[in-house]
Amino acid sequence: MTSVASPTDRSRIQRRIPPFGGFNFTFLALEIRRILRNRRTLIFTIVMPVAFLLLFALPNKDQPLGNTGYSYAAYVMISFAVYGAMLAATSGGGMVAVERAQGWSRQLRLTPLRPAAYITIKMLSAMFLGLIAVVAVFVVGAIMGITMPWQVWILSGLVAWVGSMVFATLGLFVGYLVPSENVMQILGPLLAFLALFGGLFVPLEVLPQVLQDIAKFTPAYGVGAIARTPLLGNGFDWWALVNVLAWGIIFGLLAARMFRRDTKRV
Amino acid sequence: MAHTTLSDPRVDAGTKNDAVALRGLTKSFGKVQAVKNLDLSVKPGEVVAFLGPNGAGKTSTVDMILGLSKPDAGEVTIYGMAPHVAISRGQVAAVMQTGGLLRDLTVRETVVLTATLFPGARPADEVLERAGILNIGDRRVGKCSGGQQQRLRFALALLPDPDLLILDEPTTGMDVEGRRDFWNAIRKDAATGRTVIFATHYLEEADAYADRIVLIREGEIVADGTAAEIKNLASGRTVRATVTHLDREALTAVPGVDSIEERGDGVLIHASDSDAVARYLLTATDARDLEITSHNLEDAFLALTSSKGIS
Repeated sequence: MTSVASPTDRSRIQRRIPPFGGFNFTFLALEIRRILRNRRTLIFTIVMPVAFLLLFALPNKDQPLGNTGYSYAAYVMISFAVYGAMLAATSGGGMVAVERAQGWSRQLRLTPLRPAAYITIKMLSAMFLGLIAVVAVFVVGAIMGITMPWQVWILSGLVAWVGSMVFATLGLFVGYLVPSENVMQILGPLLAFLALFGGLFVPLEVLPQVLQDIAKFTPAYGVGAIARTPLLGNGFDWWALVNVLAWGIIFGLLAARMFRRDTKRV
Repeated sequence: MAHTTLSDPRVDAGTKNDAVALRGLTKSFGKVQAVKNLDLSVKPGEVVAFLGPNGAGKTSTVDMILGLSKPDAGEVTIYGMAPHVAISRGQVAAVMQTGGLLRDLTVRETVVLTATLFPGARPADEVLERAGILNIGDRRVGKCSGGQQQRLRFALALLPDPDLLILDEPTTGMDVEGRRDFWNAIRKDAATGRTVIFATHYLEEADAYADRIVLIREGEIVADGTAAEIKNLASGRTVRATVTHLDREALTAVPGVDSIEERGDGVLIHASDSDAVARYLLTATDARDLEITSHNLEDAFLALTSSKGIS
C-alpha cells in the first residue's frame, strides 16, 4: 500500500519521557472538573453532611457544651466536617473502581504515566473534594451562627481535612478491590457505620462501655477525636494519633497491594 | 506446524532494525495455550494484518506486544526496546477493542488530558481533525457512537506521533459506514510511513488495508504473505477458456494443475499456478475468451484456519 520511504524521516522525531512520571496540573485540574461535574458525588459528599448539620445542630444551638462556653452545635459541626471530608475523600479514591470498570486504567497503561503519579493525582483530587466538604460544613455552620475562636476553626478544619487522607487510601483500596462502578453502594453503609463508631453522629459517651472500647480501634475515631480537641481543650489524645497513623498505614498497604495485583493482571 | 513464509527476507533480517520482533512468544491461560512459540518480525513502514478467527490468539499476542501482559516464554522487542520503554517514549500507541474511555469526559477533554502525558504531543485539534471527530469535540464520550469512540481512541493513539500503531479488532461492532470512515482515517494516516499492525477477523479489512497478512490459528502462524499470496496458498486460481481441441493429457502435465472440468467447448482448470496454465493454453492450443479468477480471501481463510488439513 504505502512505500517504506519515510521511516528514516520518522527516526528524527524527538522522543522524551515526561517529567514527574507524567504528573501535571492540567491532568489534576481535569480530574477535579470531573468530580465537580458528578452530581451524585456532590450530593453524597457535600449536600448530605450539610443537611445533617442543619438537622442535628440547629435544634441544639443554644445547648451549652459542658463548661467550655461554646454551643453543643460547634461539637456537632466539627463532627460533620470530619464526616463530610471522610465521605468525599473515600468517594474520590473510590473513583478508581469506575475507571477500572471503564477500562481507563488500562488505557493509561499505554501512556508514559507512572503508577505513582496516577495515585498522587487520585489522592490529591480526593483531598480536594474533602476540602470542599469541610469548607461547606463550616460555612453553613458559620451562617447558622455557630461561634468558635478562629484557631479552632482553622485547626479543627485542618485536622478534618488532612485526616481524610486515611479515607482517600481506603477509597483506593476498595476501588481496586471491587470490580464495580457502584463502589459507593458498598462504601456508603460502611462509612456510616465507621462514623457511628468514630463518635461523629453521637458522642461516644452515650454508647455502652463495650462499644466505646471497640470504637477506639475503628478508623474514624482518631480523626474525630483530634479534630474536636481544639474545641474541647481536653488535652491531646495520643491514642487518637496512633489510631490515625495505624489506619493510614493499613489502608495504604492494602491499596498498594491491590494496585499491584491489578496492574499485573490487566 | 512450521509456518509458511512466502515473503522471505523479512524474517531473517536482524531484529535491531525491526519495528516489532517476536521470538518464541508463548502464553497460556490455565490449560489453554493461547499463543504457541510465535516468531515474527515486522519491518518499519509495513502495514500488517493479524488475521484469524475469534480465539486464535490475536489479542493475546497484541497484549504481549504492548506489555499489557507478560509472556510465559519468549521475547518482544519494539525497535529493539522492551515494550514498556517504547510506550514511555511514545514510540508505540494502540487502539484497543473496547473500553478505555471515561464516559464523563468530553471528546476534547480526553484528548487534552492524554496529551499532557506525552512531551511534544501533537496538537489536540490536529489529531481530532485527522481522526475525523473535530466537529464533536464538546460531546461527552458516553454520548458518542461506537464508531466515534473508536475514532477517539485513534485520535489518542496519534498524539505521540507513534512509529508503530497497533489496532486490536478496531472495527468490531461498527456499522458499515463507521467501518469505512474509520479505515479511511487510518488509510490517510498510513502515508506518513508509520508501521501499522492490526488484528482483525474481517477478511475484507485484511485484504483491503494490509500489505502483509499473517494468518493465525490456535496460537500459531499458519501463513504469512501478501493477500494475493495467501489466496494462492490455499486454493490457487481458476482458469476458464473456450478450447476446440483439448489435449487433456498435455494439460494435466502442466505444473500446478489440480483439476480439469470440461463443460461443452469450455474448460475449467483449478491450478495453483494459473500463469503456467494460461501460458500453455494461449501458446499450445486455440484457446480463446480466457479468464482467470482468483478465489477470494475467504476461501483461503477458511481453508487455512478451519482444519488442520492444509499446510
